Amino acid sequence: MAAVQKTIDAVAALEKYEHGFTSDIETEYAPKGLSADIVRFISEKKGEPAWMLEWRLAAYERWLAMEEPTWASVKYTPIDYQDLFYYAAPKEKAGLKSLDEVDPEILAIYAKLGIPLKEQEVLAGVEGAARYAVDAVFDSVSVVTTFKAELAKVGVIFMPISEALREHPELVRKYLGSVVPISDNYFAALNSAVFSDGSFVYIPPGVKCPMELSTYFRINASNTGQFERTLIIADKGSYCSYLEGCTAPMRDENQLHAAVVELVALDDAEIKYSTVQNWYPGDAEGKGGIYNFVTKRADCRGDRSKVSWTQVETGSAVTWKYPSCILKGEESSGEFYSIAITNGHQQADTGTKMIHLGKNSKSRIIAKAVSAGKSDSTYRGLVSVHPKATGMRNFTQCDSLLIGKDCGSHTVPYIEARNGSAQLEHEATTTRLSDDQLFYAQQRGLSQEEAVALLVNGFVRDVMQKLPMEFAVEAQKLVAISLEGSVG
Amino acid sequence: MLKIENLHVAVGDKPILKGLTLDVPAGEVHAIMGPNGAGKSTLGYAVAGRPGYEATEGSVSWKGEDLLGLEPAERAAKGVFLSFQYPIEIPGVPALTFVRTALNAQKRARGEEEVSAPAFLKLVKAASAALKMDFDMLKRPLNVGFSGGEKKRMEILQMALLEPSLLILDETDSGLDIDALRIVSEGVNALRSPDRAMLVITHYQRLLDYIKPDRVHVLAGGRIVASGGPELALQLEAEGYDKYLPVAA
Repeated sequence: MAAVQKTIDAVAALEKYEHGFTSDIETEYAPKGLSADIVRFISEKKGEPAWMLEWRLAAYERWLAMEEPTWASVKYTPIDYQDLFYYAAPKEKAGLKSLDEVDPEILAIYAKLGIPLKEQEVLAGVEGAARYAVDAVFDSVSVVTTFKAELAKVGVIFMPISEALREHPELVRKYLGSVVPISDNYFAALNSAVFSDGSFVYIPPGVKCPMELSTYFRINASNTGQFERTLIIADKGSYCSYLEGCTAPMRDENQLHAAVVELVALDDAEIKYSTVQNWYPGDAEGKGGIYNFVTKRADCRGDRSKVSWTQVETGSAVTWKYPSCILKGEESSGEFYSIAITNGHQQADTGTKMIHLGKNSKSRIIAKAVSAGKSDSTYRGLVSVHPKATGMRNFTQCDSLLIGKDCGSHTVPYIEARNGSAQLEHEATTTRLSDDQLFYAQQRGLSQEEAVALLVNGFVRDVMQKLPMEFAVEAQKLVAISLEGSVG
Repeated sequence: MLKIENLHVAVGDKPILKGLTLDVPAGEVHAIMGPNGAGKSTLGYAVAGRPGYEATEGSVSWKGEDLLGLEPAERAAKGVFLSFQYPIEIPGVPALTFVRTALNAQKRARGEEEVSAPAFLKLVKAASAALKMDFDMLKRPLNVGFSGGEKKRMEILQMALLEPSLLILDETDSGLDIDALRIVSEGVNALRSPDRAMLVITHYQRLLDYIKPDRVHVLAGGRIVASGGPELALQLEAEGYDKYLPVAA
């Protein structure tokens, strides 16, 4: 109840894209463009082992031989890959020991974004300080990771992946690329070649991670691609909940964000991965905004392992993203809960793939698309059943809500069943925000925008409830803000 | 007082209300009766400000303030409440959330302090008990899967919590069995007060046995064609609307 109230307050109080400010941070760039030398530059900057450089160069070679995919239902100006910076980092002394050494300008940015980076405040119980660990990635590098020491006490490793490459090379080498190989797709190959940072998480056997883990991505520098790499490994019988948040300044040019996220769940392990994506969507005429081309995949390789993806996608000019699960383990289970909201000229082509390989594996897909303005939204999903996946089950529900006359919503479900015992259910609805509902809510005292926010939050409620409490409120606000002005 | 003068409302190209004039002083309950298609629901929508039901001519004021220039939410904040003939389902929004959001939106609009969650729950518990409603039902999405009777009770519950001053009840009796009708009517009667005016729209005299009107008006052909005391309702029950139809034609 309180959350909905906050949504409504937020509509009244906030600007259209409140995170659109730019910041002047002294930044170190790699030379513009992409080449084997740039890949070497990045690897050297990070002080990586030789095998890592080889891995990157192999990815770069593969990328050169690949073509940008065109099958998604999105249109955008071609990206000039030689006109981008592949590395941008705030100038800093190396090896920060504490938060006090971080550039105060950067701390101010995170404070403005409402991201808690001050452990002391949290530990001291300062009012309003949320208790969750944060890895803050600014352009190409991680600037600070909180609660590392406290997490280490229970054996949880939570650190920038660049640091993990130095401190836990054996773990990184074992799992990196084991879920999303370098040759997986065009953007994944690009990411493998040039990724500069991201988060690394390892939860040891039997450990339930004592707090929410989160990474907060911020693109600040202009003309810069952000290529982060996240790797989460939940060892046998462990559990963790992880959240990523993203924002970027308002800039006229499009910016490329091509991330790769790999999750590995061993026997009886569970990973809950939530995303609140609020990249800059471009202006009212469709100028600027982030190209969000992301590969996210979970490998449920252990028996009875479980991965749950929850995403709230409100930002970006173009989204191309299909968080997926490979359900290898027996009785493994995959879930995908998605809210995709598009307004203005945004385009989103998003969905999931559930690849059932293990016996009695289960999957559940609930996708809610809300389209307004001149935007276009596509749900694209695949449920694939291997001959050995006896007793598998899937339930898919895709609901679309249209606001206004100029938006589009499409559902493209693929099913491949190669096992006679497969049980698949698919439900889909498309509705328009009804004038009856709007008037009813307005008659009871809600302004038009409050009414839209309340009705849309009702439409997406099933999915919203899957988010960790701390983030549900923010997500509800986002829903309201991203639909401002959608009813004329 | 509610003052409606020479109100003309067209829906699309079709004129529905054609010069309706009506006064309802505060403290009084007036019944609007009339045949199907006479414009009864249109009257309710026009006063509440439904888009598509704008006045082409005439005026509507409440307590001396013009309503026609206001948004529906602004009218609600000024005390206008329309109990719907067919209450709308709001999927995913629990009834409690909906009503509290509405109440606080109105309070903000009036510059009053918002109601806290615990205080609101206390209010709801008392009001729902009076209407013999199951409190758990209020945790469910508003009106979704509710029976016709439950929806009507929900309307009256919202009315009790929002404390409007101008109450328009559109066919509140339809879909109610006799017990529910009694409970709902008691709920409405509890809201009668010297500063409230009520407009009770109904087909049947039956409801007026429970909610006693001060005045009864016959709406036919988009106008008030006859007015009288409660006995007019009894007369209509006995004779039907036939004699008013030629007037309307």
